[in-house]
Amino acid sequence: MLDLMAPFFRNLYERTGTNFNVFYDRFEFDRFLGGIGTSLELMFWSILLSLVIGVLGAWTQSARSRFLRIGVNAYIQAFRNTPPMIQLLFFYFGLGAFTPQIDMGGYYQPIISSFTWAIIAIGIFGGAFNVEIFRSGLEAVPDSTLEAAESLCMSKWQVYRHVTLPLAFRISLPALTNNLVSLAKTTSLAYVIAVPEMTYVLNQVWSDNANVPEMMLLLFLFYVIVVTLLAAALHFLERRLALPGYGR
Amino acid sequence: MEFRETIKAATAALAVLVGVGAAFSAAPANAADRMKEILERGTVRIGVQGAFKPLSFPAPDGQLQGIEVDLAKSVADALGVKFEPVVITTANRMQFLQQGKIDLIIGGMFDTAERRKIVGMIEPAYWTSGPTLLAKKGVIKSWKDLAGKPLCSKQGNLYNRQIETEFKAKVIAFTGNTEGKEALRSGKCVAWVYDDIVIMADLATPEWADYEMPVGVLYDNPWASAVPLEEKDKAWGVFVTGMAYKWQASGKLIELAKKWHVTPSAWFAKQHEKLHWDTSYLEARK
Repeated sequence: MLDLMAPFFRNLYERTGTNFNVFYDRFEFDRFLGGIGTSLELMFWSILLSLVIGVLGAWTQSARSRFLRIGVNAYIQAFRNTPPMIQLLFFYFGLGAFTPQIDMGGYYQPIISSFTWAIIAIGIFGGAFNVEIFRSGLEAVPDSTLEAAESLCMSKWQVYRHVTLPLAFRISLPALTNNLVSLAKTTSLAYVIAVPEMTYVLNQVWSDNANVPEMMLLLFLFYVIVVTLLAAALHFLERRLALPGYGR
Repeated sequence: MEFRETIKAATAALAVLVGVGAAFSAAPANAADRMKEILERGTVRIGVQGAFKPLSFPAPDGQLQGIEVDLAKSVADALGVKFEPVVITTANRMQFLQQGKIDLIIGGMFDTAERRKIVGMIEPAYWTSGPTLLAKKGVIKSWKDLAGKPLCSKQGNLYNRQIETEFKAKVIAFTGNTEGKEALRSGKCVAWVYDDIVIMADLATPEWADYEMPVGVLYDNPWASAVPLEEKDKAWGVFVTGMAYKWQASGKLIELAKKWHVTPSAWFAKQHEKLHWDTSYLEARK
């Protein structure tokens, strides 16, 4: 693939001075691909973690135990009200100092790598918002619908599984789309703990080659494309799941 | 009506801009011979760094001291005038020189082709620095020991790529020096790469007592003093060139390094040997 593009971009550089060296220099190209891979992986896992936390958290909020409810609320307050960059630094440098590590002779291989810390930090950050989003969905299911389900002799679990959850999920989907899109963009902050994702990689490329405008453009395009695709997928899901006549 | 007002305002703004521009461009032109001016004034104004240990930093009494301050004093002594230190920053030093606020910079400035277009870089250079490693004692013996191991650095450092390709180290670059050094201290990497002069200053503090600078610099980046560009080949520039030559030839720089507890790199001995005038022919005649 590189061999196919390289002549065009090398020619472009020689003729106009516009230097997209990630498309003709083997070393930079490999770094660029690595950056794309790391960014996409980071987005996937942190979004997944945030969803799991969101569902569990929303479920816990309606739990009988007061301690559980207070715990979830404290978590939401702590992680919704602090900047994600500070959370990344806190997890990596603050908690990272207390996690077990393996002596490699001169340095230590931590059990939790900076990449894993980034997933944890960003996942937990996004999860705090997801809890609230799912809760709003659960609360928006009309009482009369639930009563109707009960009158059909459905058990508590059956009501939750067949009535509350499907409706709540559909109600919270627009807000969820917003949060997940924002979360995908937040992954770019992982560069502060040296996770080699797209921002980190291109920053190094433009420092080495003084082609800041070109790489900025590429970085911008990368996020536009990835986030557009993610939003499109979620909108597609929203349309597919739409109940005819419901909520209109 | 409103349109006319706008035009008037714009014209006025333009006139002010042109005026300011003309004043700035005129400044260097009317600078008389700097050497004569300094002797008449009775003081020489030399731009030095304000807090750059051990090159130029405040003593407990508030006076500036350090290697560059000693060099600046030697210039004033040779001229027989008073030394007036002016604290400059990396961002404003060349502007200060262009605007005539100072006569000379001895302020930790790398000699680069870009800067030579703006100020008169004095040859020979008086100092050098370059990227080297800070590591726990006994861990690293040569640059090759980095192969396959994590190395902490700063994002944007020009030598990151060279180290990655040449020594196959896994460079972990952070946004700042503090984060990089913290990562080294917590064992996240085998060493931290940065300028040797900064590492030396760190090693002088007790918190880095268990650490060392185990390898030589990756390459040398000479530091030059500088006079205004138009003075470079006039009396003032030629005088400073003579001073810079004497600092190298007489071994003053190596002496100063010892005085301020800096380990001089191989560059100093090499320059001293190159610039020291061989007087053996005098003895042959005897």
